[in-house]
Amino acid sequence: MDELIFFINRVLISGTVLGSIYALGAIGVTLIFGILRFAHFAHGDMMTMGAFITFVLAGLVSMLGISVGIPTAILVMPLAMVVTALIALGIDKGFYAPLRKQGVKPVTLLVASIGVTLIIQGLIRLIFGAGTRSLYGNEPKVIFRIDTAWMGGSRPITITEPQVFMIAFTIILVLALHFFLTRSRLGKAMRAMADNADLAQISGINTAVVVRITWLIAGALACVAGTMLALDVALMPDLAFNIVLPIFAAAIVGGLGQVYGAIAGGFLIAFAETMSVFNWSTMLRPFKDIMPSWLAIPDNLALVPTEYKLTVAFVILVITLLARPTGIFKGAST
Amino acid sequence: MSTASESRWFDLDNPVKRGVILFAGIFILIFVVGLIQGGANAGLLLSQALAYALIALGLNIQWGYGGLFNFAIMGLMMVGGTAVMLVSVPVNQSFWAGEGPMMLGRAFLAFLVGLLLVLAARRVDRIGIKGGWRVAVIALAWFAGYVIYRSQIDPAAAYIETNNGFVGGLGLNPVLGWLLGGVVAAVIAYIIGRICLGLRTDYLAIATIGISEILRALVKNMDWLTRGTQTVSPIPWPVPLPQDYQADGVPIVESFIYARFGFFALLLVIFAAIFWLVQRAYGGPWGRMMRAIRDNHIAAGSMGKNVTGRQLELFVLGSILIGMGGAILVTFNQIFDPSSYQPINHTFVVWVMVIVGGAGNNWGALLGAMLIYIVWIISDPLAQVIFVNISNWSQSMGWGAIPEIDSRALQMRVFILGVIITIALRYAPKGLLPEVMRRES
Amino acid sequence: MALIELKSLVGGYGGVPILNGVNIAIEQSDIGVIVGPNGAGKSTTLKAIFGLLKVTSGAVVFDGADITNAQPDKLVPRGLSFVPQEKNVFTSMSVEENLEMGAFTRADDYMPTLKWVYDMFPPLLEKRHQKAGELSGGQRQMVAMGRALMSKPRLLMLDEPSAGLSPRYVIEIFEQIVKINKSGVGILMVEQNARQALAFASKGFVLAGGQNRFTGTGAELIADPEVAKSFLGG
Repeated sequence: MDELIFFINRVLISGTVLGSIYALGAIGVTLIFGILRFAHFAHGDMMTMGAFITFVLAGLVSMLGISVGIPTAILVMPLAMVVTALIALGIDKGFYAPLRKQGVKPVTLLVASIGVTLIIQGLIRLIFGAGTRSLYGNEPKVIFRIDTAWMGGSRPITITEPQVFMIAFTIILVLALHFFLTRSRLGKAMRAMADNADLAQISGINTAVVVRITWLIAGALACVAGTMLALDVALMPDLAFNIVLPIFAAAIVGGLGQVYGAIAGGFLIAFAETMSVFNWSTMLRPFKDIMPSWLAIPDNLALVPTEYKLTVAFVILVITLLARPTGIFKGAST
Repeated sequence: MSTASESRWFDLDNPVKRGVILFAGIFILIFVVGLIQGGANAGLLLSQALAYALIALGLNIQWGYGGLFNFAIMGLMMVGGTAVMLVSVPVNQSFWAGEGPMMLGRAFLAFLVGLLLVLAARRVDRIGIKGGWRVAVIALAWFAGYVIYRSQIDPAAAYIETNNGFVGGLGLNPVLGWLLGGVVAAVIAYIIGRICLGLRTDYLAIATIGISEILRALVKNMDWLTRGTQTVSPIPWPVPLPQDYQADGVPIVESFIYARFGFFALLLVIFAAIFWLVQRAYGGPWGRMMRAIRDNHIAAGSMGKNVTGRQLELFVLGSILIGMGGAILVTFNQIFDPSSYQPINHTFVVWVMVIVGGAGNNWGALLGAMLIYIVWIISDPLAQVIFVNISNWSQSMGWGAIPEIDSRALQMRVFILGVIITIALRYAPKGLLPEVMRRES
Repeated sequence: MALIELKSLVGGYGGVPILNGVNIAIEQSDIGVIVGPNGAGKSTTLKAIFGLLKVTSGAVVFDGADITNAQPDKLVPRGLSFVPQEKNVFTSMSVEENLEMGAFTRADDYMPTLKWVYDMFPPLLEKRHQKAGELSGGQRQMVAMGRALMSKPRLLMLDEPSAGLSPRYVIEIFEQIVKINKSGVGILMVEQNARQALAFASKGFVLAGGQNRFTGTGAELIADPEVAKSFLGG
């Protein structure tokens, strides 16, 4: 029973949290790809930027002495989402839209987004320095410990308060997005444009407005994903740069342009990562007594050593590209 | 449009004149840097910039000629560096004397066994196992191969690391290592190419980044092969080192200048030879065919040209240069540190060099490499100067000094690079020295 | 005053122009049909009207207003609608969602129009929640036309509506087009099935080489031996 609890803590909970982060990031990437047809490499740094904006706002709010029951970072997150969304819109206007007008190839936009990544990273490092910070300020990290004695366990299921909030937030955001895309006129227009941009224009859909909405949504989601990551780990300038690639992997695996695919891909990769570094031999321990003596259980049955955790995402990506390039939900290929 | 009278000699539209002016600018820049920072630093700058130019040339072959999105540059450079390290580092006698070689041999056999298993599994459709079952068999073969390999390599690695440190090298001439670096990179590129080249362009980029990261994780953690985070140094030079000159009585500063310029001279000869070869190929029928494929690979394919085969050729050829460049850099810096390979410093910087310099134009790749590298290097000290001055000013105003100037100035490089990419793409989307469109009459 | 007039239209996709001075005029009561050999510029004419390529000389006048080179999404509120030949439905969206997209520019209640389209094309009502990409060719064409009608256009433009359809569907589509016209929508269509289309055309335009060659009512053109010989296959 303890082993099951260990599994729940290590795999189920952290997999869900990581999956939420990947999913929110991947949704942004896949939306931008579906509507604008380019790989927005700067998405990771947009997440980092969102986290830093939350940091600044949280600092301001706590300076004003406002303190509610929930962590300040989460309190200011809605405002941070709005700010990040607007900045995302500005970035498009300043950096990508002019190039699109010139009719450049998608790879040029990719390189331009690399330029944006570097600028954002450089600015963050210049302003905040390269060190690590905590988004909690002086607040303690509340940890919920669910007692499992009634299940026969001797250790509690641990989940931190931020993690609870993150998962709740993700569910709310995903539901909201779902309703937006399936019930509202603008949401359907977004889907139409992702499906067939020319036909959308012919039908009278104002493509410029759809593009703007796309950036606003992508920016807001990136802010939440980045803040969540910072709450779970720590706040530093290259926070999200390392997970740009797993996020892209999630988007591609799910099918580019497919929002539900991005969510599925995000969770798939997150759980694959957590499960492949999990030491499965702990699960076999209860069975030690009934197994024959010559079948010794090795100490460490992790599929992959922990250093290679990020590699798992890439392996999944490469497999997907070989076996089913359009992804689980059959997204765009051209 | 320039008015005839004013811009006769300053004509930026004429490609040749433009090239001459831009290169002159670069040389002046190098000269100035040399004056300010000293000849030794200029030697360093030139050698490293030229190594990067070789790498940029390689990418130009892949992207400029072939339209291929190679984002695995970092991985290929690292592989080249590993090769030269293994070739030129002195022999580790304790390794050869012990059990290490035997165990590695067994691990290699295990690897072959695993490979054969997978290849055999792919052929099971010959004996009637098809569809989902075949996929299951292949997956099983991969899994079995992986387990077999791990069962041999894990003890081998542990043994070597505890007893010998790492496998050591062959103690041969570094230039040989450079060539081997190119070869190994070519092999890796072949494998990558076979997997990825059928993919859509953006996908190729992401896939190559992914593979590059996998390579980096592997090399960084194979302590028995590369010493991982402990690094390998010093790595020998093909020309006399500063220490060698000092032993002959040359003063310290001059010794660095002689040594580095000696290295640069060797590098220049190699680079010039390769450059000439590439230019010749570009101008000839092979080059024309490549460009035809790049510009319209659907049409070329329907004309019977083996598009993927040609793309693979380009990918492998370009990777040879990238591997060599990576090897040369490791030799020059005399240290092999897997952790030092970062996507920004290696893959992206080279892309910027090619796009800013001018994709499809070899002179553009050279120019881009030198310009971007110089900017990359001087933006740190330049930013330091600026920051120190601002800090002094703010101190005198009573606001206090700027903290952590050193690390902040270093980060300036990243910011400046981003700004340069943006400006370059905006005003010269085809590069400073764009591809010269030949009139094929 | 004509509903739509093309005056000496010259244009193309950049480079050599495909249209070399095309003249067309249609009333709201007309069914106008453009026929001609391949490469004559028929589809290009429709695309030029809808701002999908560059017009370098000449003018497109709709209801008295110059709409040359206007943005496509600005034309729909004015009362124009276009059904392209290919990729004319949103394959990942349901039939009903496709029709809703057609009504995107309308601010009023579009339910009556939706009912009208379903009455005209009963199979669509049956399959309203199915993804458009799963339908047969003929049904897809219905969705495409329905989508274009949802904006209550004054002029409906169709690019080869019968392309790739079985003969049964061709007849049905043409019948629907006549019905739509009778309900007060002007029709301008390009057709490869020249004879069949001209049979009910009130205005026929034969184009070749990007220019007008013959103009008249559909019946006149069919009866003209020269036209029949050169363009209608004898």
